[in-house]
Amino acid sequence: MAGPDERWAVAIDPAVCIGSGICAATADRYFHLVGGYGEVRESPVAADPLVIDAAESCPVEAILVRHADSGEIVAPTP
Amino acid sequence: MTIVLGALMTVHAYPFRADRLDLDPKYAELRAGEPLSRVQLPFGEEAWLATRYQDVRLVLGDPRFSRAASVGRDEPRHMPQSRVSGMLSMDPPEHTRLRRLIAKAFTARRVEALRPFTLGLADSYVDAMIAKGAPGDLVQDFAEPLPAAVICELLGVPFEDRDRFQVWSEAIISTTSLPPETIVEYYQNLFGYIATLVAKRRAEPEVDDLIGALMRVRDDDDGRLSEQEMVQMIGGLLAAGQETTTSQLPNFFYTLMTFREEWERLVADPALIPGAVEELMRFIPLGVGAAIPRYALEDVAFGDVVVRAGEPVLVSLASANRDPDVFEEPDALNIQRRSNPHIGFGHGAHHCVGAQLARMELQVALTVLTQRLPRLAPAVPPQELTWKSGRLVRALSALPVTW
Ligand code: HEM
Ligand code: SF4
Repeated sequence: MAGPDERWAVAIDPAVCIGSGICAATADRYFHLVGGYGEVRESPVAADPLVIDAAESCPVEAILVRHADSGEIVAPTP
Repeated sequence: MTIVLGALMTVHAYPFRADRLDLDPKYAELRAGEPLSRVQLPFGEEAWLATRYQDVRLVLGDPRFSRAASVGRDEPRHMPQSRVSGMLSMDPPEHTRLRRLIAKAFTARRVEALRPFTLGLADSYVDAMIAKGAPGDLVQDFAEPLPAAVICELLGVPFEDRDRFQVWSEAIISTTSLPPETIVEYYQNLFGYIATLVAKRRAEPEVDDLIGALMRVRDDDDGRLSEQEMVQMIGGLLAAGQETTTSQLPNFFYTLMTFREEWERLVADPALIPGAVEELMRFIPLGVGAAIPRYALEDVAFGDVVVRAGEPVLVSLASANRDPDVFEEPDALNIQRRSNPHIGFGHGAHHCVGAQLARMELQVALTVLTQRLPRLAPAVPPQELTWKSGRLVRALSALPVTW
């Protein structure tokens, strides 16, 4: 999986987010709610499984995590 | 600034009245004048009650409020026995470990794939009602089998066993409708049934349903899921997947009958249905009262009220959903409401895992009923309808209908 220097680009699709608050409650370090909807605090970030936890827990798969260099999708898995 | 402490405040007996689907005006009073109030449920310790939208969201979404801290406390309760709540008694990151394993099966995309199956089922129940002739019972003929069949398909539980597990499922929402010993017995039966099912399924672990998926996680074990956790999770989903939606569906229809012109608009324009589902979720106070307290891990101020570390806070979703600071004309049913950030499915880490599934089922139900039975109407006057009692969730015992 993630190497030590790996960086991930994290984005939330605002058109898809339903404001469940799950990402912010799961991974407060990376996500917060702005005006009731999920937002990424910063991107790219150093690879951290917690980001995947949040992306895999989003009920509408609005969170996309990619390798910052290759653009390859890390989460969500199909 | 004066700081108000709980010990000096009047304690309200709770829950407030929950007559039919009415929301006790007490909530509006508290929201306006005493947004954090003191309440005493029939069992357990005294608690705070939050009634404003912003406060409710804060309590549900902020890591300073914990569910795990309720373990070992005399939790405020509607029933004598303590709760068997699994995931609902954990905080992230422990909660995340379990939740992630099932979240995938309930995403909007996975649920969408079940829509044609659900439509087919709903159609077949309407066919059966028509074949049998009016009056029918919308509860027994439609609202009970539909969510049960869908959750069975998603989990991989045989629907033929419904007569057994549907009875046991009542345990998760019963307060006094069942004696405490029966609740314990039903839980044991439910979990025992699932354990047997899982054991049988060991022979065919590759099947693509949630039981199969969880078994694969369990079998390439890295300590992520214990056998008992798996059984309790499946049992919990089977029960939760039925009781709530089965209760809410007739509530939807009952409400639309009180606002018949909204029903007529749905008949004329099915594109309004998704918005109507959200509005009905907002408008209907499904619970008889707030039920699942969060414990403060540190002191948290709400205006001049301070919730001390270690104190429990109950949150009223129904009251939050009628907060005039957020919803224009909150006490009116408006299926074309432009902004509707209701929290009928909760908020934060425990936001209902079945929310997308319930939405899809409720949309399908309204679509099929409005299109196939546009003249659907109660067969008896509203005052003759009987409501279930002794449960956390409001529901009709039966809803006789003609069409
Ligand atoms: C109209 C139908 C439904 C309503 C109104 C509803 C409402 C809710 C609410 C308000 C919560 C949050 C409780 C809290 O945080 O205190 C919740 C959690 C939950 N719901 Fe639902 N629900 C519905 C349908 C379903 C269905 C169909 C399922 C199962 C597939 C389900 C399974 C769950 C589970 C497992 C949790 C706990 C989640 C966790 O702790 O992470 N619900 N539900
Ligand atoms: S988990 Fe998904 S839907 Fe929920 S707030 Fe975050 S991005 Fe939005």
